[in-house]
Amino acid sequence: MTFPWLTTLIALPALGAVLTALVPSGRGTLAKQVATGFALLTLVVGALISVQYLFDVDMGVKPETYEWIPEFGASWALDLHGISLALVALTVLATPIVALAMWHEAEDEKRDPKAFFALLLVVEALTLTAFLSQDVLLFYVVFEAMLIPLYFMIGMYGGPQRRYAAVKFLLYNLVGGLAMLAAVIGLYVESVNSGNPSFYLPDLIALDIDTTTQWWLFIGFMLAFAIKAPLWPFHTWLPDAAAEATPSNAAFLSGVADKVGTYGMIALVLPLFPDASREAAPVIVVLAVVSIIYGALLAIGQTDMKRLIGYTSISHFGFIVLGIFALTDQAATGATFYMVNHGLSTIALFVVVGFLISRRGSRQVDDFGGVQKPAPKLAGVFLFAGLSGLALPPLSTFLSEFLVISGTFLRYRPAAIIATLGIVLSALYILWLYQRTMTGPVRPAVEGMPDLRTREVAVVAPLLALLLVVGFFPKPLTDAIDEAVGPTLVEVGVDQPEPLAPVAEHVEEGTGR
Amino acid sequence: MNAPTIEYAELAPLITIFGAAVVGVLIEAFVPRKLRHTIQVGLALLALVAALVQVILLAGTDMVAAVGAVAIDGPALFLQGTILVLAIISVGFFAERRLEAGGDAFAPAASSLPGSEEERVLVRERMLQTEVYPLMLFAVGGMLLFPAANDLLMLFIALEVMSLPLYLLCGMARRRRLLSQEAALKYFLLGAFSSAIFLFGMAFVYGYAGTLRFGEISEALTANIGQDGILLAGVGLMAVGLLFKVGAVPFHSWTPDVYQGAPTPVTGFMAACTKLAAFGALVRLFYVAFGGMRTDWQPMLWAVAIATMLVGAVVALTQTDIKRMLAYSSIAHAGFVLTAMVAADSSATAAILFYLATYGISTLGAFAVVTLVRDSGGEATHLAKWAGLGRRSPVLAATFALFLLAFAGIPLTSGFVGKLTVFTAAIDGGAAPLVVVGVIASAVAAFFYVRVIVLMFFSDPAPEGPTVAVPSLWTAVGITVGAAATLLLGIVPGPLLDLAQQASIFVR
Repeated sequence: MTFPWLTTLIALPALGAVLTALVPSGRGTLAKQVATGFALLTLVVGALISVQYLFDVDMGVKPETYEWIPEFGASWALDLHGISLALVALTVLATPIVALAMWHEAEDEKRDPKAFFALLLVVEALTLTAFLSQDVLLFYVVFEAMLIPLYFMIGMYGGPQRRYAAVKFLLYNLVGGLAMLAAVIGLYVESVNSGNPSFYLPDLIALDIDTTTQWWLFIGFMLAFAIKAPLWPFHTWLPDAAAEATPSNAAFLSGVADKVGTYGMIALVLPLFPDASREAAPVIVVLAVVSIIYGALLAIGQTDMKRLIGYTSISHFGFIVLGIFALTDQAATGATFYMVNHGLSTIALFVVVGFLISRRGSRQVDDFGGVQKPAPKLAGVFLFAGLSGLALPPLSTFLSEFLVISGTFLRYRPAAIIATLGIVLSALYILWLYQRTMTGPVRPAVEGMPDLRTREVAVVAPLLALLLVVGFFPKPLTDAIDEAVGPTLVEVGVDQPEPLAPVAEHVEEGTGR
Repeated sequence: MNAPTIEYAELAPLITIFGAAVVGVLIEAFVPRKLRHTIQVGLALLALVAALVQVILLAGTDMVAAVGAVAIDGPALFLQGTILVLAIISVGFFAERRLEAGGDAFAPAASSLPGSEEERVLVRERMLQTEVYPLMLFAVGGMLLFPAANDLLMLFIALEVMSLPLYLLCGMARRRRLLSQEAALKYFLLGAFSSAIFLFGMAFVYGYAGTLRFGEISEALTANIGQDGILLAGVGLMAVGLLFKVGAVPFHSWTPDVYQGAPTPVTGFMAACTKLAAFGALVRLFYVAFGGMRTDWQPMLWAVAIATMLVGAVVALTQTDIKRMLAYSSIAHAGFVLTAMVAADSSATAAILFYLATYGISTLGAFAVVTLVRDSGGEATHLAKWAGLGRRSPVLAATFALFLLAFAGIPLTSGFVGKLTVFTAAIDGGAAPLVVVGVIASAVAAFFYVRVIVLMFFSDPAPEGPTVAVPSLWTAVGITVGAAATLLLGIVPGPLLDLAQQASIFVR
């Protein structure tokens, strides 16, 4: 009997959530400490697990399978591969940071912080389960169940329009989820008809489904993931949710939780429905390119900082989806790597904007100006986070964006060229935002704005450090991802276009050495 | 002519319940008023528990008893067991006396005129209505017999035995008595009408097959006598009677009024148990007796299922009363069960059994929560009054939210597994379009469930909002059991699914 590492990884935040909820009310600080402690503990376990995959040290991490609903052939089946490793690492890293960032947010809304922190851990546990699950029913269950705690987090702790935003978030995602439910059942019935009723992912991948059925099931799954991810034209819930949720919650939502959507595309949709994916790829690529440009253009036009970052996320999710459906090794590796980097960069942006909002009491761009004089450090981290958003080398976001675009170029040249325009636009929205808020004459209301506090430094420093370190040493992670992406694309059965240069070389170039 | 043999041992649960009901009537006549409440509650609980034990002991039986009139098989026993469990919890809700000052949810005397001096005197003297317990036992007896009935005559008798006490129970609310009596009258008139149609259909079927037994009707179908017109008319008319009882569109119009007007513990009991019993009877009749002509009745059920899901979900959107909203939600759920029924095989039966059991227990819990939210006029059922409940009593609001999420079919609740099983059965049975409609209806339905959650948790409480009454142990235990079952069956549904699968074969 080996140690159940993966189940432990999920159980820790779940246990933490229960214990946080059990803290007597009125002891807000204790609840926060318990929650953050468990988030850190999860990080430690996650780090130990990652070591095995990143540096080939045997830690005894094994796939785990336990019976769950034998009547359906559903099981608690967990496994870790390069794609999930990247996202698990992101999740366990992001959660303690977000917990620390949201320290005072509940009190600012005059609410008990206990539930906020407990719900965060619940979402962490569910997100980790989604990334590790090898069972489609289990994936579906956590994919849907995750909506409820997030819904309460937005609806109970957000801004003035939070009820509207929370309901919109839930209904959009529920509709997608229900379409996926029909497809999950359809997939299961296919397995029943083949004589082996199962929800186990490898069993389902091995099924030979005719193309018409594949198309229907593909639509069901993709609708759910495209809403979650969110892809234009299913994106309209995200700006509202991002604007109304507390900054840290918005960070976790678009930085981590929404990655389940893009993860589902690459880890479930591609291998399960290869024919449909191949045929639909051009359509999805067009939608992705529209997302990139549309998100960037709307971000430029925003006057609300959180909404602005929400739209930049739509643009970035466009890049991720583009990379996945370009169906080349390089683009898919880049897209997966992008998910991690976008997570780090978006969290950094939201969190820093959160610092600004909590100081000034407004999220309007116009209410700021000249912040860099009273708070130079704050302006500095804001610029750093912004530059990671526009993918400046040598930050890690650059490498992923480059891989996606060069990988796409091999198959869809026009798409890659238009997507490049997105990079230009991203420079515009980030730098213009910086210029309007940080430079220029100091506004009266901004005068005397305190600079970064110790807790805030502790929140931002690891994010910025990671963006830099992963940018310089991406190889262990990209190698692990590349190893998992290859077989997925073989499953889809597309011919790999002759790369202009092997991935490894790009990685070397990306490090600037 | 030989005297018919009766298998007393196998019919023991029915005999226990009916016997206890008769004893209950005698208690009303001979026991002093003061003692009646205690004795009636005790007797009802004792009888229900005894019957449940007998049903459990009968598990695995597969036979036809009482000269072919009563089937003792998996589906019958599964439903009987579930109905008994739900009825035991319901007795607790009936017996709750802490919510109304000096009384329970029932009018002290149903015969006293609303608003009259007589009524005031009875209320002042804290008279308790105890006839509800024998009435409930009779209804439970009918419900146990209904899904087990294996010939047309027994089916009709069970229908009436089940329905008549329910008509009475509906009219006995302590508060808003005119509304309650109106509901009872509506239910009675429409119910009597549908029973007549049902009886008319029975006559046609008898005319076609020349027999009342389900098994023999099935044989007559294969013999193909001709005269299909008579048969189809008979099947159609009988379907009307049964679809009325399950609350399917277009025979649903009684549901919201009756659910709203009836005393809430009765509403919960009725919503949970009647639906179980009626679906049990519907499925047995259509699978066992009319199974050979499924291609004829499947299109009808397709239409009814689609209409039921959509009307239930869409009309629920406009409701402002929590009981009416739950009524429309129960209509939508009837539609979901019908999607599985269209599939017509043993996996469909298992799916229906599981769905009914989980739906029943969540429904009972939800209505029990409704009884606790009160203001000076009794239960505060208007949705606006539920605003901010999550801040005032987070535990109660969270429990109600759990029930709503289960109704919406969110994962990790029993409602999700139920929906998964019925939709799987439907797709497996070639009814994929029905599932698409089901999914759309679920999305619409999710909106109004979520609306209540928004109201409870995200809205500020109204200044003169209702209070949450502290219930006695009866209600507290009942709600806890309901919530625990809802959650547990969502996470580890295996054992119950297994049981439903084992119990899914009809005796023929």
